[in-house]
Amino acid sequence: MANLRILVGVKRVIDYAVKIRVKPDNSGVVTDGVKHSMNPFCEIAMEEAVRLKEKKLAKEIIAVSCGPTQAQETIRTALAMGADRGIHVEVSGKDYENMTPLHVSKILAKLAQEQEANLVILGKQSIDGDNNQTGQMTAALLDWPQATFASEVTKENEHLKVVREIDGGLETVTVTLPAVITADLRLNEPRYATLPNIMKAKKKKIAKHKASDFGVDLGSSVEVVSVEDPPVRQAGQKVESTEELVAKLKESGVI
Amino acid sequence: MLSTGKLRPTLCLVRRPWCVSAGGFHSSGRRLHNPDEVDLFDFRYTTPFVKNLFVGKFIREQVFPFPRLNQQDYDQLQQMVDPVERYFKDDVDSKQIDMDAKIPPDTLQGLKDLGLFGMQVPLEYGGLGLSNTEYARLGEITAIDGAIAVTLAAHQAIGLKGIMIAGNEEQKAKYLPKLATGEHVAAFALTEPTSGSDAASIQTRGTLSSDGKHFLLNGGKIWISNGGIADVFTVFAKTEVVDSKSGQVKDKVTAFIVERSFGGITSGKPEDKLGIRGSNTCTVHFEDTPVPVENVLGEVGGGFKVAMNILNGGRFSMGSSGAGIVKKLIEQTAEHATTRVQFNKKLMEFPLIQEKFADMALRAYAMESMAYLTAGIMDRWPGGNHDCSVEAAMVKVYSSESVWSSVSEALQVLGGLGYMKEYPYERYLRDARILMIFEGTNEILRLYIALVGMKFAGDILKEKLKELKRGNLGLILQTMRRRWGPGFGLGPSLGFVSEDRFIGDGFKAHPSLTAGAKLLEENVNTMGALTETLLSRHGKGIMEEQLVLKRVADITTNLYAMTAVVSRASKAAISGLPNYDHEVLMANTFCQKSYNANMQMFDDLSRENTDAAVQKIGKDILKAGSYIAAHPLDRTHDFDNIDVVPPRR
Repeated sequence: MANLRILVGVKRVIDYAVKIRVKPDNSGVVTDGVKHSMNPFCEIAMEEAVRLKEKKLAKEIIAVSCGPTQAQETIRTALAMGADRGIHVEVSGKDYENMTPLHVSKILAKLAQEQEANLVILGKQSIDGDNNQTGQMTAALLDWPQATFASEVTKENEHLKVVREIDGGLETVTVTLPAVITADLRLNEPRYATLPNIMKAKKKKIAKHKASDFGVDLGSSVEVVSVEDPPVRQAGQKVESTEELVAKLKESGVI
Repeated sequence: MLSTGKLRPTLCLVRRPWCVSAGGFHSSGRRLHNPDEVDLFDFRYTTPFVKNLFVGKFIREQVFPFPRLNQQDYDQLQQMVDPVERYFKDDVDSKQIDMDAKIPPDTLQGLKDLGLFGMQVPLEYGGLGLSNTEYARLGEITAIDGAIAVTLAAHQAIGLKGIMIAGNEEQKAKYLPKLATGEHVAAFALTEPTSGSDAASIQTRGTLSSDGKHFLLNGGKIWISNGGIADVFTVFAKTEVVDSKSGQVKDKVTAFIVERSFGGITSGKPEDKLGIRGSNTCTVHFEDTPVPVENVLGEVGGGFKVAMNILNGGRFSMGSSGAGIVKKLIEQTAEHATTRVQFNKKLMEFPLIQEKFADMALRAYAMESMAYLTAGIMDRWPGGNHDCSVEAAMVKVYSSESVWSSVSEALQVLGGLGYMKEYPYERYLRDARILMIFEGTNEILRLYIALVGMKFAGDILKEKLKELKRGNLGLILQTMRRRWGPGFGLGPSLGFVSEDRFIGDGFKAHPSLTAGAKLLEENVNTMGALTETLLSRHGKGIMEEQLVLKRVADITTNLYAMTAVVSRASKAAISGLPNYDHEVLMANTFCQKSYNANMQMFDDLSRENTDAAVQKIGKDILKAGSYIAAHPLDRTHDFDNIDVVPPRR
């Protein structure tokens, strides 16, 4: 039943290990000369797609990224992990700074239809914007069922059974296909892109598009007013006893 | 003087010869040559760079501009760097590997899955087909764990290298694919109990069977890296060869590809070592091991050359791996120096600490520059049949000693903390020590550097020297002029120093590096003159003058290092890399320090020095087999019974 064509969104973000610095004018964070890599949740989404293909449940995996030229590096990584081809929707400069989850969702929804995908797997959120909206909005735009925060995905007949991580426990849902899934942290442990696969990925195709190809206007109604560092954490204190702790807490007016 | 910012715009007037593809001429031929990136200089008609230094020649077209990758290769390499870095950070437990003296099978498998066992095996045999430059880059990362680095190097830098460079098509097709994936592990078996640096003296013997189909191998090898885990060995053994001219039977070294499955092979238990403890090192014994004649590597009797070619080619990569270690050390130690407070000051504020970081950085910078320059020269050499063995030996000697001194300095910065097993530094120190011993001891390599260079110079100067000894007055005057005037050591322009704001044809140092480049130029001229002096002074006897040769090797190694840093910093300035002013400062500083060291050595070689005395002290002690001087408290009857009265004040 290898009939799935999976569309996977992969976003290029500042590497998780990099210490983020805010630009002096508070317009955003410093990205020049900073190491970037694939958003970890997108990696998990990609890995899940590859596993579905390895289980012969999928026939093709398409990796999509919206972003500047360098987004192609992220697509290349996805290709090395096992995607069959890539689509790069080039968005750069001011447009990219203003881009919101709604723009991405519109593009992804259009692409899902054009490419005749019957499953869209995304990360639950990206570690830069932390929006956690793209999967949900994509499903809404397509009018497809959605299963967010997936920690387990299994195919049952024409359905997907998805275990979701929710507050206080797990919820199991089934969705009919086509559907949108967003990956949570424990869905799988993504593989390394091996060097031989990186070389093989060179031969795989990356199609280039613009947002306008999908009729998406990148104008935004959201304006970033200011980006600031989180407040510096105050030094802690060690206490000898619970009594002292309570006294200190009272002193500071917390209790 | 060191600022370069204003000078950059002038460069748009210049052709772009620095845009060469380091992978363009790769021997596996995997890349098509981009016509835009053709070298303006044809390498084929010259000798590699370093040999020419011995005659005071500076083939600037070989070293300027600093080699670089084309965009596509660069991007791909960056993509490869990422997963390898992550793997070493997340999945390699170096402390455990050191404690257990074993690399866990899972870790080893992960390395194989990543593709790290076939980095330079050509694509058509299932490897990655990496150029020397690309291989050097990944070596920076794998060096972070010494045991893994050595395991990988034993496998591919020497273990399977023979099949790559001397194997025939059948041998390559049969062995390389499984070696490239790591399904089979390779080892290099040369060293024997009585044959270390003197590789030609091996005792292991290959005897042709009566039917002429097999060689039977008998003998024992020691200290074989991967010796206990390898499936395929490159083994060197003596075989009888009939000399085609004299008809006499002689023993000559032959190289064999030997599978463990051939039988008659036993490996000893893993050696308990000071460092690189997780790498497998053991004895390997061959007892009537039948090796099919098809498994002779290269020609029967041609094994010594095979061994030397394998060893000579691989040494350059110690520069990048060494730099990988030192860069990491700087990062880790800097954290301590920027936070630790003593005498109400952070360590970083003390000049003695600053000096240590500068020293580590300068060494890392020189190591990297030499390694990537050498790799670049090798990669762009047409057909790949370069002879950069002297360059590679220089990189090895300089890098191994720099890693050792840098780790030692890092420990010094850390104080007692660095000495504790809780931290990784003492392991780095133990792991680093082997670098000066294996792959050719630094002593042997120094002699190699100096003698190969001297021989090259000797061949050129032979005729000239004959004339000199015969007393050709004109030539003597010419030589004297060159040696002593105008101004000692100053000689002709070598064409790579930029005197004004233009770098002309591009085969030059950037104007911001004129200070360093001038020192280099002066030293190269002096070196050319020195070679003539030494050859006329010692003649063939130079071969025995090891203390002289050592200095010659050190001077020329410094010259190569200076060349590499000047070329690299020029590239940084030209392309406006981030912090290029820092690079320019480092390069000029490095040149000044090396120049000072060179001048001391030139001085030592040009007049009375302590060499004879040093040799005599050594000989006396060795004759006695012990320390000879009396104990400082020892007394003699006659003298010591006289009471010494302190002088009155």
